[in-house]
Amino acid sequence: MKIVIVGAGPAGLAAARSAAEGVARSGADVTLIDGNHSTGGQIWRGGGAPEIETGVATLLNTRVASPDLLTFDKLILATGARELFLPFPGWTLPGVFGAGGLQALVKEGLDVRNKRVVVAGTGPLLLAVAHYLKTHGADIRLIAEQAPWSKLIRFGAALPSRKWLEALRLWNPCFSPSTWVTEAQGTTHVKSVSAGGKKIPCDYLAIGYGLVPNTELPQLMKVDPCALDEYQRTSNPAIFCAGEVTGIGGVDLSIVEGSIAGYAAAGDVEKARAFFVQRDRWKRFGTALAEAFALRPELAQLARPDTFVCRCEDVTYQELVAKASWREAKIHSRCGMGPCQGRVCGPAVEFLFGWKPDSVRPPLFPTPSGSFSMIGNEPQ
Amino acid sequence: MDDSEAQFALTRLSRELWMELSPDLPRSVEYEACGTLWVAADEEEMREVRRKQEFYASRGVSTQILDALQLREAEPNLRDGLAGALLVNQDSVVYPPCAAVELIARSGATVLRARSVGIESQKVMLANGESLEAGVIINAAGIHAGALMPSVSVPIAPRKGHLLITDRYPGFVRHQLVELGYLKSAHSTTGSSVAFNVQPRRTGQLLIGSSRQFGVNSPDIDAPMMARMLRRATDFMPGIARLSAIRSWTGVRAATPDKLPLIGPCPGLPHAFIAAGHEGLGITTSLGTARILTDHIVGKTPPIPLSPYLPDRHA
Ligand SMILES: Cc1cc2nc3c(=O)[nH]c(=O)nc-3n(C[C@H](O)[C@H](O)[C@H](O)COP(=O)(O)OP(=O)(O)OC[C@H]3O[C@@H](n4cnc5c(N)ncnc54)[C@H](O)[C@@H]3O)c2cc1C
Ligand SMILES: Cc1cc2nc3c(=O)[nH]c(=O)nc-3n(C[C@H](O)[C@H](O)[C@H](O)COP(=O)(O)OP(=O)(O)OC[C@H]3O[C@@H](n4cnc5c(N)ncnc54)[C@H](O)[C@@H]3O)c2cc1C
Repeated sequence: MKIVIVGAGPAGLAAARSAAEGVARSGADVTLIDGNHSTGGQIWRGGGAPEIETGVATLLNTRVASPDLLTFDKLILATGARELFLPFPGWTLPGVFGAGGLQALVKEGLDVRNKRVVVAGTGPLLLAVAHYLKTHGADIRLIAEQAPWSKLIRFGAALPSRKWLEALRLWNPCFSPSTWVTEAQGTTHVKSVSAGGKKIPCDYLAIGYGLVPNTELPQLMKVDPCALDEYQRTSNPAIFCAGEVTGIGGVDLSIVEGSIAGYAAAGDVEKARAFFVQRDRWKRFGTALAEAFALRPELAQLARPDTFVCRCEDVTYQELVAKASWREAKIHSRCGMGPCQGRVCGPAVEFLFGWKPDSVRPPLFPTPSGSFSMIGNEPQ
Repeated sequence: MDDSEAQFALTRLSRELWMELSPDLPRSVEYEACGTLWVAADEEEMREVRRKQEFYASRGVSTQILDALQLREAEPNLRDGLAGALLVNQDSVVYPPCAAVELIARSGATVLRARSVGIESQKVMLANGESLEAGVIINAAGIHAGALMPSVSVPIAPRKGHLLITDRYPGFVRHQLVELGYLKSAHSTTGSSVAFNVQPRRTGQLLIGSSRQFGVNSPDIDAPMMARMLRRATDFMPGIARLSAIRSWTGVRAATPDKLPLIGPCPGLPHAFIAAGHEGLGITTSLGTARILTDHIVGKTPPIPLSPYLPDRHA
């Protein structure tokens, strides 16, 4: 039996561990694939990922752009999530990054010592990123959280004590609720941002409006990562989904879901069941997260007529506002038709205009054309 | 374009109409008179090049024969060892969705976003239960034309095609490139086939084709078919393999048994007309189709006769 796992973040790593344990006796093989050059996913990008179990083959630097070249008996999709970007004037200036994006750059070696940084957007990620940047010498000027205190307090009340300690450890007096960036100024690089009625000089803006599940690969395989049975199994009994691809719930939920999917894929349902109670608990955390950090409608009003919404194809807000649907916007303006294929602007457009993205087509990532010619079996 | 006299006539008329229109098309239409190169792989295909040139010349379309060396200069990314090509200078490519938007805007027509479920003699029934009355109704629903008129025989069958779209590589390909073998494969009316066909877009993106499959309605990418198509493309242009592909696409062509569109009155449905079944040439021949059909409806003599395209010719 061959078990393949796509995504080596917390969910994929947990799945690999339990799958390897579950199949150790049967001699099945487990392969873990990730597009990144190291395991760990979003959170353990710069190190800290648990060791890979023996018995797991790892294929790094390997993005699955189309499912056609995957062969498996059981497949676990743990493709995680990406940051949500919302367009506002100046968001395409150099020096403006995703919140997790700037953190990742620092992990890869970007020097932020004595740089003035504004961290903005929404969600627990903001405090984590600000803390990380500060420990790397950055001068944090503001943490602009769009959610109001009232919601944050309700969220805090529902947190387990471990999460409280973490929040205290990460706490920063620059934290400002009900605050959001309305504009970034600068010509060749960001110089300042407007937020909460003030103009704040800065060298970097790290901004993220939460996470969007990477559901494109499941969609291509015609399975719905939100419609799973108790074993994380999709409507296709050979395919499982685990982690943030199934919805945003944090690293603990990802690990638990990965463990369940791994055991279940290996046929060890008893071990999988042992995690159900924990999963329920972390799912409640996920629900509280979604309520606390729901985006306020004002954020859909920030773009000006000439603000780019699609940065691959340079499509502005005014070119889109009169369109009737995502499909019409796509074919008439080319929004979402560039190299990122709408991964960035698609979720933004959904928030701004309420349009659901249409079909997903391979390749999911820009891919050398030649790799398409490698699929064997000529049709009859 | 020269499958038959009737196809040639409609294509030539349409080409002239596009050229007339081109000077004041907005940028969004991406009208690009890049010309077509019919690529000949060997001496046998060069004979076909010469035949084609005579055929065009005797009908007033001037073309140019390129030998192997000239072809290399014209398209350095083609592989070595090709025999030559026929250059059809004025051929153009457009970006069809924006061309449609532009043509609708010029017409002043009101666009109603509604699905039709059937056409009667002077009535279009809509899915929302409403209906529209009109003195003249034109069924231009492409592959769905037959479904709107169950009582009329509309001999249109789906013929699926794939495309692979690359990132921007300005200058990598300068003309629309079609292999002459395309004639052979496009000619076969059964079974599936692939042929080398690349179109450059103004953006520098390339559209890599083409495939033809009968009786397939699913819009899904057929990976083995796509693979066959890509192998054909890289056989003519090895460098394509290195270009970054960003998107794939499938579409269904509306094919008729004799490869000519259905244009004219609907048999048995007075005041209803049909304009569909253009297979892989419907963008090119859209303007000619519209001209001859509207001339016919308003009682003018069309610039070319309507008879070869009449919908009841198969009866
Ligand atoms: C930018 C960012 C920064 C974050 N920082 C923190 C933090 O500091 N603290 C914190 O508590 N939480 C953080 N989170 C949240 C936390 O990372 C998630 O809760 C957790 O990582 C989810 O785990 P996962 O395994 O589901 O997905 P991920 O960690 O997102 O892992 C998914 C993996 O799948 C791979 N992948 C996706 N698609 C493909 C494909 N088609 N082919 C091959 N590989 C693919 C990706 O490369 C990635 O390695 C962050 C999230 C993001 C997006
Ligand atoms: C892969 C591929 C490559 C091609 N390359 C070329 C090329 O290089 N050059 C070229 O000239 N042609 C090409 N074609 C062919 C071209 O796309 C078609 O011939 C052309 O689109 C036909 O135009 P049409 O207006 O007849 O039909 P369509 O473009 O199919 O338009 C029909 C319209 O009717 C609407 N409709 C259908 N049913 C209903 C209903 N019940 N109610 C309301 N509306 C309805 C549809 O929404 C659609 O907008 C290609 C086709 C494919 C698949």
